[in-house]
Amino acid sequence: MAEIRFEGVRKTFGKFAAVDGVDLEVRDREFVVLLGPSGCGKTTLLRCLAGLERVDEGRVYIGNRDATDLPPRRRRIAMVFQSYAVFPHMKVYDNIAFGLRMQKEKKAAIDERVRSSASLLHIEELLDRYSSQLSGGQRQRVAVARAIATKADVLLMDEPLSNLDALLRLEMRAELKTLLQTLDATTIYVTHDQIEALSMGDRIAVMNKGSIVQLGNPLEVYDNPSDTFVGGFIGNPPMNFLEAEVAPNGSGSVAKVSGGSFELPGGTAALAGHDLLLGIRAEAIGVETSPADGLVRATVVVLEPLGSHNLLTVRCGEDTLKVAVRPELFPQPESDVWLRLEPSRIRWMDRDSGAAIHTGAEELATDTAVVTS
Amino acid sequence: MPHLRIGRALAYVAAIAISAFILAPIYLITISAFSSFDAVYDYPKNLLPTGASMESMNTFLDSDGVTDSLQRSIYVAIIAIVACIAIGTPAGYALARFSFRAGNPFQLALVSTRAFPLIIIAVPLSVTYLRVGIDDTVYGVAMAHVAFTLPLTVLVTASVFAGISYELEEAAMTLGCSRLSAFRKIALPLALPGVAASAIFVFVTTWNEVFAAALLTLRNRTLPAQMLAALDTSPLPYRLAGGFFLLAPALLVIFLIRKYLLTTWGRVAR
Repeated sequence: MAEIRFEGVRKTFGKFAAVDGVDLEVRDREFVVLLGPSGCGKTTLLRCLAGLERVDEGRVYIGNRDATDLPPRRRRIAMVFQSYAVFPHMKVYDNIAFGLRMQKEKKAAIDERVRSSASLLHIEELLDRYSSQLSGGQRQRVAVARAIATKADVLLMDEPLSNLDALLRLEMRAELKTLLQTLDATTIYVTHDQIEALSMGDRIAVMNKGSIVQLGNPLEVYDNPSDTFVGGFIGNPPMNFLEAEVAPNGSGSVAKVSGGSFELPGGTAALAGHDLLLGIRAEAIGVETSPADGLVRATVVVLEPLGSHNLLTVRCGEDTLKVAVRPELFPQPESDVWLRLEPSRIRWMDRDSGAAIHTGAEELATDTAVVTS
Repeated sequence: MPHLRIGRALAYVAAIAISAFILAPIYLITISAFSSFDAVYDYPKNLLPTGASMESMNTFLDSDGVTDSLQRSIYVAIIAIVACIAIGTPAGYALARFSFRAGNPFQLALVSTRAFPLIIIAVPLSVTYLRVGIDDTVYGVAMAHVAFTLPLTVLVTASVFAGISYELEEAAMTLGCSRLSAFRKIALPLALPGVAASAIFVFVTTWNEVFAAALLTLRNRTLPAQMLAALDTSPLPYRLAGGFFLLAPALLVIFLIRKYLLTTWGRVAR
């Protein structure tokens, strides 16, 4: 049983606050991903949890124990490092056995645990090798096997897949997720790869400049970003942001962007008095090849066929947007298309603060078809 | 590819010339050390080791004070190596791992100790030794040798530790090690080749060091100091046998540790 709780954690290096007042609660056996650009403090936060960095302010609790002043070895954690940190002067077997030997386990128990961990990661035949005789992917497996062998309460992973090539990363991602589901450990996983975060985590904590800016399940974070940073960081392509104005019009209102205007249904009172940004995901924009009411005209700049869908870059007035369309649709560059900015899929943001403004009319992506036409 | 072939040939010629330049004196000293008096004085010299004899060697070993000074040389070497490694390794580790104020000036100061020739401090050093009362002792000479070799030991071990990722030790700490046991189980074994190299350096330096040894001792001399004192009054066989004694242990130690320096854990270290 290991819940994790950060209370007002702050860590500075000189004058630079790498972690600046983080509060976070992680449930027992939950898989939380710390996601953010490099330098956002996610690794530092993880190292504070591991005990490899001392926090300057705040407390860290692991399994209801105040772990703030405990050294790493007393925290019942295991960690997978970005560089794997496989001990080069020991064979794979001894690497995996290292933590168990430190716990003074019996020899037979160590042997059993080393072999079962190795078989979980399919490296039984490598036990006699040294680190220098392994490929990057194999080293990665050794590092994970070593971490899970001790059956620690908390498993910490610091960008474990970032040094693998793309194909291997894809493979390992699914394998790691499957593996972690079978373990009883609470997992904190650091990555800058938003796809990894979306695909693996129970919840994602998006970090920026030393703070957690949004905490939620993957779909929530993807579809309802708390501010323009999250919307721009998560998703490939990132969320589109357009400067917009909203004016009341009869029972509803009219939204105006630089490329045109369209009707909004009611429930937009919250938007009054703000300088607005209209945020919308590429796949939430409908594309028509002929004009109709409520559509906004745009000109195709580039068409990128990606197999599963086509990605359009279009100019709409003064804005450039990314739009995902059906793979059968091939609008030629310089041709005109008409965009349907689905009101329920629009996320309104305050232009100055970047924070989301909730109107109560938002629907999640699952409520509507992903690609409409 | 005639160019490449000529280049290769030139490289071999250069390698052979350099090897011959280094090996020829060693060879000549060695065969002379193990030959009879007559063979030593022979001219032209017989370049093949015929007529091997212990005559020169025995003369040298039987000479006054040689065995005693040999023993002292060994003591001094052992003390210097132990002290240098015991002090230099932790110091090198600290330089590599911790950032502290004056870390860089400290390293510069270490390097700059090599900039002063010993002659400059010869008089103050001997006066100090006389005052403290450690002149003419094995410990005194060993201490001087430690002072000469410690800075380089610190710098070498520091660079060795800097080349060992700290993440390895951190990984050990998350797996149950304290800071100290992570050093002992991870960093130290990985640094051993570098530490061994430092030990060789200390040994070779102290075994052949003559100036401080001659300056700081009178009766209790180390082998080089003893030989220096006896050099102009002794016959050629004595000098050649003595030369062999200065040469051989250093070569032997390097040969013994060479394998350890070059290969570590199934792969050739850089």
